[in-house]
This record gives sequence, C-alpha cells and structure tokens, in this order.
Amino acid sequence: MSIVVDHVNFIYGADTEHSVHALKDVCLNISDGEFIGVIGHTGSGKSTLMQHLNGLLKASSGSIYFNGQDIYDKDYKLKDLRLKVGLVFQYPEHQLFETDVFSDIKFGPMNQGLTKKEAELRAYEALRMVDFPEEFYYASPFELSGGQKRRAAIAGVLAMNPEVLILDEPTAGLDPKGRFEILDQIKKLQTERHMTIILVSHSMEDVAEYVDRIVVMNNGEVFADGSPREIFGYVKELEAIGLSAPQIGYIARNLRRAGFALPDGIITVSEAADAIMEILG
Amino acid sequence: MDLIKARDVLFEYIRRDDEGNVEGITTALDHVSLDVKQGDFVCILGHNGSGKSTLAKHINALLYPEEGSIWVDGINTRDDEKILEVRRRAGMVFQNPDNQIIGQVVEEDVGFGPENLGVPTSEIWERVEESLKAVGMYEYREFSPNKLSGGQKQRVSIAGVLAMHPKCIVLDEPTAMLDPKGRKEVVRAVRGLNQVEGVTVILITHYMEETVHADKIFVMDKGKVVMQGPPKDIFSQVEALKELRLDVPQVTLLAYELKKRGLDLPDGILTVDEMVDELKKLKGI
Repeated sequence: MSIVVDHVNFIYGADTEHSVHALKDVCLNISDGEFIGVIGHTGSGKSTLMQHLNGLLKASSGSIYFNGQDIYDKDYKLKDLRLKVGLVFQYPEHQLFETDVFSDIKFGPMNQGLTKKEAELRAYEALRMVDFPEEFYYASPFELSGGQKRRAAIAGVLAMNPEVLILDEPTAGLDPKGRFEILDQIKKLQTERHMTIILVSHSMEDVAEYVDRIVVMNNGEVFADGSPREIFGYVKELEAIGLSAPQIGYIARNLRRAGFALPDGIITVSEAADAIMEILG
Repeated sequence: MDLIKARDVLFEYIRRDDEGNVEGITTALDHVSLDVKQGDFVCILGHNGSGKSTLAKHINALLYPEEGSIWVDGINTRDDEKILEVRRRAGMVFQNPDNQIIGQVVEEDVGFGPENLGVPTSEIWERVEESLKAVGMYEYREFSPNKLSGGQKQRVSIAGVLAMHPKCIVLDEPTAMLDPKGRKEVVRAVRGLNQVEGVTVILITHYMEETVHADKIFVMDKGKVVMQGPPKDIFSQVEALKELRLDVPQVTLLAYELKKRGLDLPDGILTVDEMVDELKKLKGI
C-alpha cells in the first residue's frame, strides 16, 4: 500500500509557445501512514505535483502507481482514486456552499452514492475528527470564525473517508493558536487513524515541528528528500532556493560559531533549550 | 504629532433575518482609543476575529465608527465631504495580491491610482518610477503582473498605494499567502518605506517575527486594545500572549524556556544576535 511517482514530467500548455515544464522527472515513494511535508517557493511545482497524486492532472510522461495499480491504465477508475486521495485546497472555506455546516459535509458522501443515513454518519464522524464544536453543526458557514470554517472544509474532505489526505497550506491566514489546533488535529489523523498525510506549507517552523519527512521542490524538481533534521541542516542551500530554516536553526548555528558545542540537527525550541542547558545548566 | 487618533470607537456588525429583525450583534470594535505618531512603524496583533481588520478599514474610511471618532491627519473620517482626502492620506494593502492588481503591465497598474486622483500625466510617470524603485520592482515595470511571484505582486500593490503619496499605509496581512522569500521581500520593502520615505506604517500580521522592529505593537482581543507598547515589553509577556491565542518569535520562546529552567536572562529578547550575545555572557566568553 503506497504511492509511487515514477519519472513524472508535466508540461503546461505543451502545444503552445508558452509551455512551462512544471514537473521534471519527479520520482517519489510514499509509504502508508507517513506524514510528509512538502516545501518550495511559489511556482516550484508543489501544487502541480499534488494535483497529480489524485489524478486532477495527468503526467505528460512517466507513471503513478497507487497501491500497486497504474492510475493511467485505461481500466483504472480515477473516480475511485479521488475518493482515496482527499485534497484540501488553499483557502478551502471558499468552497463551502451549503446553508449549514452539516449539509455541506454530507454533500460529498451523498454524491458518492451513500444513503442519507450513512452520509450523515460520515459527516458526524468527520466533524468529530476535526473537533468541530457541536453547537455550530447547523450554523451557516458565514457565522463561523476563520479557524472553524477551515475545520469544516477539512471535515468535508474527511467525510469521503480518504486513505491519503493532502493539504495545501491548511493554516494560511489563521492566528497562531488556530494554526496549532489544526496541525494537532492533522497529526492525530496520522497517529490515531493511520492516515497518510501530505502537508504543503510555507512555514518552516510548522514543518519542523510536525512532519516525519520533508520533500523540497525547486523549479519542478525534487531538490531534496529526507528527515526534517537532515533537510534543515542545509541552511545555505535552502536559502539559495528561496526557503529558510526555522529561526531556532539560526540560533543554534550562531551559537556553534560562537563556541558552544551544540549537537547538529536542532530544529525545535525544546531541543535547543535542552542542549543549551546541558552546557550552561 | 499624531497622524491617526481614535477615541472611543464603537463598531457593531448586526445580523438580521429575512424580515429585518435583529438576530444578533457582534461588537467588532469596543471603545477603541489609540494614537499613531507620524513616521512610526506600528503593528497590530490579535487572533482571528479580534477586530484588527475592522479597525484597519476604519483608518481609510471604508467603515465609520458608530460611536466615537477617528481622525486621520486631523480629518474626521465621518466628514463625508473629506472622505477622498482621508483615502488619499491612508492607503491600504490587502492579503491577496491577485485581488488588487488590475493593470496588464506593472507600470500601468501602479499609475492607475495617481491617474484616478487627477495627477498630471508627466507627474504620474515620475511617481510610478519612484514608487517602483522604492519597493525594488523598477526592473519589472514592463512585465505582466501574472508573470510575477507572490512577493513581487504584493510589492507592486504596495507601489500602487505609494504612488498616491499617502502619509500612511495600512497593510492587512500582506504576507499571509507568501513563501519565506516573498515574505522577506515584502517586509524589507515595507521597512524601507518607513525608514527611507518616512511613510507611517500600520502592519497587521500573524507572523510575530515581522513585528520585532516595530516602534509600537497594539494587541487586540474581542474588539479592544488589550496591550500596547514596544516589542520588548509585549513579547516579554509570553503567558498573556498565549492566552490571547498568539505566539512569540521562536527566539523569545527559547529565552522564556531557558529562564524557566533557571538561566539568568533579561526579558524581551527578540533577535538571534541578542540571544547569542546573552548566552555568551553567561558562558563567560
């Protein structure tokens, strides 16, 4: 059970003068239950790659295998793939359209052909998964706060029961506490429900804190692939492609330069505090 | 001199049902008073729904106070006849650059504002040039905006406001949709406007790192200004900020953690260099 991306190329507007080579020979192996962060500057190919994973875009060349099956095989039903790989777009609350939250969430499963009762059960479970406050189940989406809208929109995708959840910047525009709450919920989906999570993010701090593995995209290519510790060790290289390390990484680096014998690979505040106390405590 | 002065400002969003009966009232600004000095760089922090954006919209008269008053450069925003004067003095930049850029070519977009104000053509071009230079986008003047990155587009939006020669720019989460490089570009451009051009800046953001160089920070909660002061004072109150659903920069959080574990560090460490210097002192090097 996994996703294999095998030498995928994608060219936007292939037959036109303005063709853009958006993905270049991308190879990735995503195993079940992983929590992967995808980082890269705007236009690096992150979103294009994500749209390949659930079949919204078709590779110009190369193959993608989902659970061992070639998704470009003519017998393969892309509709099934889209149920198994849920995609939460940027600012997903713009896609809430029903008059109340509960109807909005059950729309997906109803559309999938489930009975009303089954769909409602799914909607209920999905709202519980994101810890959505019960008193707002029948509220209009307009009455919700930013964080609540975001949760409702994520629940809409979870109600389809996906095995893989892809989130494109799920915390953009949320206040810090709202951000941590959503990320904690997403982490729980991985640890408690064994979902595979792919998180596209511009926040290096969040990625350092939450994911197990980072894929760095640059100019349509996979620039690096490894654990947060490995990836954020390459500060110079990341800066050269428009990214950065978490602020704490810079503190650790400057302290090392000043003669503190800190270990390599410090990427969170608590790790830094522990290491500094070892020396000064 | 105070460029912006708010006294006891009250603003409510009123929800009505189909018959027009009042269903609920949300007090977005609850008797807010504040002063922003000419030439200052101030930041407004607060969780989603705390009233930051509502306040911002009051500063350039997109919304008016129901009670209380706001003066921009001495003009009361309630004075209907002077509304254009207010908007000319206080420009706004919003979160999503794609919703703000209208021109087919960068310089055309930046020229739209002054043209609309009736500035003579020759002067428009001067203003376009100086504004694009101020945000570091002059080399892109003949580009189509849709060929630009998010950070570049947002800098074009800022140049568009700057070309109207405002006394103050209000930026409502201008970096929320940008990657780290775009964020740095925009923050650098905004600081430049303030320090080099002397424009008063009011920056609303959720990124605490962007506020450490501000002259003053206002923290909002439930429509009220609950904390105000220089960054050092604000960020030394880690617990209070957390209760307000906010955060502190990682370096400040590290200082807080180390103090809790017994290290003798001063309050309000805000930058990497300050942190390294203080720890060097403790180590005796």
